[in-house]
Amino acid sequence: MANVGTPLVELKDISISFGGIKAVDRVSVDLYPGEVVGLLGHNGAGKSTLIKCLSGAYKADAGEVFINGEKVIINNPRDARDQNIETIYQTLALADNLDAASNLFLGRELVTKSGFLDESKMEAETRKIMARLNPNFQKFDVPVSALSGGQRQSVAIARAVYFDAKILIMDEPTAALGPQETEMVAELIQELKNQGLGIFLIEHDIHHVMKLCDRASVMKNGLLVGTERVENVTEDDILSMIILGKNPKRAK
Amino acid sequence: MNDTTPSKNADDSPKSIISRFITVTETDPRLLGMLGALALIWVGFHFYGVIFNDFGAFLTPRNLWNLSVQTSSIGIMATGMVLVIVTRNIDLSVGSMIGVIAMAMGLLQVEVLPQFVGIGHWSISIIAVIVGLIFGTLIGAIHGWLIAYREIPAFIVTLGGLMVWRGMAFLSGGGRTISPVDPSFALLGGGPYGAVGASISWIIGGLACVGVGYVIYSGRQSRIKHDFHLRPMWAEIMLITVGWASIIGAVILVNSYPWPKGIVRQYGAKVGQDLEGTFISHGFAVPVLILVAVGIGMTILMTRTRFGRYVFAIGGNPEAAALAGIDTKWVTMKVFALMGMLTAIASVIASARLNSATNALGILDELYVIAAAVIGGTSLAGGIGKIYGAILGALVMQSLQSGMVLIGFDSAIQRIVVGVVLVLAVYLDIVYNKRVKK
Repeated sequence: MANVGTPLVELKDISISFGGIKAVDRVSVDLYPGEVVGLLGHNGAGKSTLIKCLSGAYKADAGEVFINGEKVIINNPRDARDQNIETIYQTLALADNLDAASNLFLGRELVTKSGFLDESKMEAETRKIMARLNPNFQKFDVPVSALSGGQRQSVAIARAVYFDAKILIMDEPTAALGPQETEMVAELIQELKNQGLGIFLIEHDIHHVMKLCDRASVMKNGLLVGTERVENVTEDDILSMIILGKNPKRAK
Repeated sequence: MNDTTPSKNADDSPKSIISRFITVTETDPRLLGMLGALALIWVGFHFYGVIFNDFGAFLTPRNLWNLSVQTSSIGIMATGMVLVIVTRNIDLSVGSMIGVIAMAMGLLQVEVLPQFVGIGHWSISIIAVIVGLIFGTLIGAIHGWLIAYREIPAFIVTLGGLMVWRGMAFLSGGGRTISPVDPSFALLGGGPYGAVGASISWIIGGLACVGVGYVIYSGRQSRIKHDFHLRPMWAEIMLITVGWASIIGAVILVNSYPWPKGIVRQYGAKVGQDLEGTFISHGFAVPVLILVAVGIGMTILMTRTRFGRYVFAIGGNPEAAALAGIDTKWVTMKVFALMGMLTAIASVIASARLNSATNALGILDELYVIAAAVIGGTSLAGGIGKIYGAILGALVMQSLQSGMVLIGFDSAIQRIVVGVVLVLAVYLDIVYNKRVKK
């Protein structure tokens, strides 16, 4: 599938530094509808930082963000959500003392006509989405601290999927999961992709990248090494981009 | 109907009757524990009096009525302290705030307003209360701003506040005691005239019974609508019965405490009747009604509104709350402003009850308020806390104190006991939580 037309997301020349260290240095990546773009690199390469500029957790020092070709300003997570950008953080970003429904609707609670929280409605909606994502999930009335890693992950994923995201950011979604749950996430990514979502996937496992992604962008020391279509490169090519900071095929 | 939504304890092994009972009625075991501790304290002090002083003074309408009034001011502040502690903060300044707010309201009533409207004008108490509430909210907002937006630790900001506001209280009154306050203001502190009498107490009790019935009924309706697990009918009926019995019991209790003879005579002279020997009930004291209203309002705020949800979310995981788009700084500032407002309400009650504003008003209250919240199950690690727990915690603290006064312990021993109980209560809570996790 060739990417033509306007990209869903375009990050242009994004830079951000912390205390004089350039965590991200003039990086440009883009993402088309129905596409999965993998972001790779060592720990500290700047992948998560770059993506946090899109999700609103950080504010970029320089650079521009375009959504559907239009320039947008993202100052905080709320702005990102208004652009239908949903993020699944590596840390999951769940409030451990609250139950699944409260976490799913955190910041976007359903309220009754009189303005009070509609707990029953939220729990009913949570039961619906969880039945789709993780049918075994039954622990609706306990704090998420009482859930297993996989169950917590499915709460975080449900939160991203429930609100009709157009752009999904997944920061190592399978890091804490067993093989079966990892397979479930892979299926979910495929399904969401078919629905036309654009997905940024931060991933360490090169097998997963080759299997799930359409393109891979590799970062090293805050700089973009390059972006390649996965069918044009081998796992070794990607590895040398990560480790050496260059693509052996292009170097020739 | 429950096929699709299995009960949360369907997989549990058989347990004792008590724990099954707790599960089925969905009562908080901590609530039962606190009620048990309270019963123990009350009965203990009563029989200590019976045995050693030949008179059990604790379980009398008079003492319990006074206990309810004494609990009001600490209880009201404790509800606010729950929010402060849930968001992983602390407020050490509430005792000093009580002092400075009372002093401001006292000066306003005694020295400022009478110049403009004349002594005893009806508007004095209203203006004083409104100004007090605004002043308290403002102080809290300043604390909150420094904590949230200037990122100074709450411990430091409010420790500074503890000293600053106590000093301000002294300066503004020049060290004097401002007294007496406006007569209608004084009603807010309780006392025979500051209680609503027998008939209104029955009306309030009736409304409360209707309220309990409505809450349980609408809760059940909502569960039916969404096909959730229902409590068995007997449990619902029992909850209503217990609720109604406690309300009616409270009304009977406050109505069986009569006005003292002197007050009856004084009142008789005022209305021009000979009331000698008449039994006039106190009924609920005004400060207790304020406490109940604050308790209900704060419970709704914490469990039924977005604000309350955000307060818990910030306490559970501040980073996650921010990533969910919650303006955590603004919420924190509002929490402290609310604490300030509740402190102002407590200050109204405390100064009205004393009929004066003094420099020393509220000294050490911050510690009792924090202790009440913590005994009531608020976790200092943040994220966990209940409003009714804090009010019960305040009642436990106050019961201990006035019980020891009644049986004649001196204040040094009182402090030792209160300190030991605080540590013990938190320890029991930790032990309980560990066992629950297993």
